[in-house]
Amino acid sequence: MELFVFLVAGAACIIGALGVVLNSNPVHAALSLVGTLFGIAVLFIAQEANFLAAVQVIVYAGAIVVLFLFVLMLLGVDRSEDLSIEPLGAGQRIAAVIVGLAVLALPLMAFRSTEGEATGAIAGPGDANLLRAEVADVAQLGESIFTTYLFAFEVTSVLLVIAVVGAVVLARKVKRADYVEDPLVAAAEAADAP
Amino acid sequence: MIAVAEVTPVWYLVLGSILFSIGAVGLLVRRNPLVMFMCIELMLNAVTLTFVTFSRMLRDVDGQAVVVFVLVVAAAEVVVGLGIIVALLRKQPSATADDVNVLKG
Repeated sequence: MELFVFLVAGAACIIGALGVVLNSNPVHAALSLVGTLFGIAVLFIAQEANFLAAVQVIVYAGAIVVLFLFVLMLLGVDRSEDLSIEPLGAGQRIAAVIVGLAVLALPLMAFRSTEGEATGAIAGPGDANLLRAEVADVAQLGESIFTTYLFAFEVTSVLLVIAVVGAVVLARKVKRADYVEDPLVAAAEAADAP
Repeated sequence: MIAVAEVTPVWYLVLGSILFSIGAVGLLVRRNPLVMFMCIELMLNAVTLTFVTFSRMLRDVDGQAVVVFVLVVAAAEVVVGLGIIVALLRKQPSATADDVNVLKG
C-alpha cells in the first residue's frame, strides 16, 4: 500500500517539477507547482506527518501559489515565452544540467555510503522530542515548538512583521514625481515665483 | 525490482534529491523571475520532504518542527520577493533576471 502511495505521489511530484521547469507559460508552471506541492503533502501523510500535510496544502497550494497567480494575472505577464529564444545559450543550458546532475549525485552517493541510515542516532525513551505513536503529531509538534524552539518561534514573528512592512514599502507607488506634474501645484509654484 | 515492495525512508530521500536538483536546474535555466521563484519553492519543498523523512527515521519530532519554520520563511520570502518582482515588472513588463543589473560593477 505504501509502495502504491509512494509511486503515485512521487510521480505527481516529479511530473509537476518538470512542468515547472519546462512549461513556457508561467501560469501553467504555477499550476504544475500545485501538483508537486500536493504530491509532497501526500508523502507527508504517508510518513505520519498529518498536521504538516494540512499546513502544506493550506499555506503552499492555498496561499503561495494563489499569490503567484495573482501577480501573474495582475501584471499581465502571463504570455508564453519561448524557451529556445530565451536569452540563454545552449552552453549555459548544458552547464546547468551538469550542475543539476552533480547536485543529485552528491546526496545519492551519501545515501549509498551510509546504507539507509540517517545518522544512526535514534531518539531514546528519555528524549523530550521523541516521536511517540500514541500522541497526535500536532500535540508533539506544538510542545516542541513552544518549549525547545520558543526563541526561534518568537524570532519568526519578527520576521513576518518585517516581511509585511517590506512588501508594503516595495509595492507602494512613488508619488513624489507626480506632484510636480500636478497642475494646481504647478500653478501655485508659478504664482509664488516672481 | 519493484517487487521488493518495501518502501524504505531512503526512497523518500532520493525523491527529495531528485526534486531539489530539478529545482536547481530550473533556477539556472529559466530567466523569468516568477518561474525562478517557483523553482526556489520546489527546492524548499524537497528539503522539507527530506526533513520529514529524517524525523521519521530518527523517531524525533525536531525534523517536523524545522519544517514549520521553513514554511514561515518561505512565506516571508515569497511576500518580499513578489513585492520586488511587482516593482520591477511594473517599470518594465518584459524584464528578465538578466535586466536586474543596476548594482553590476
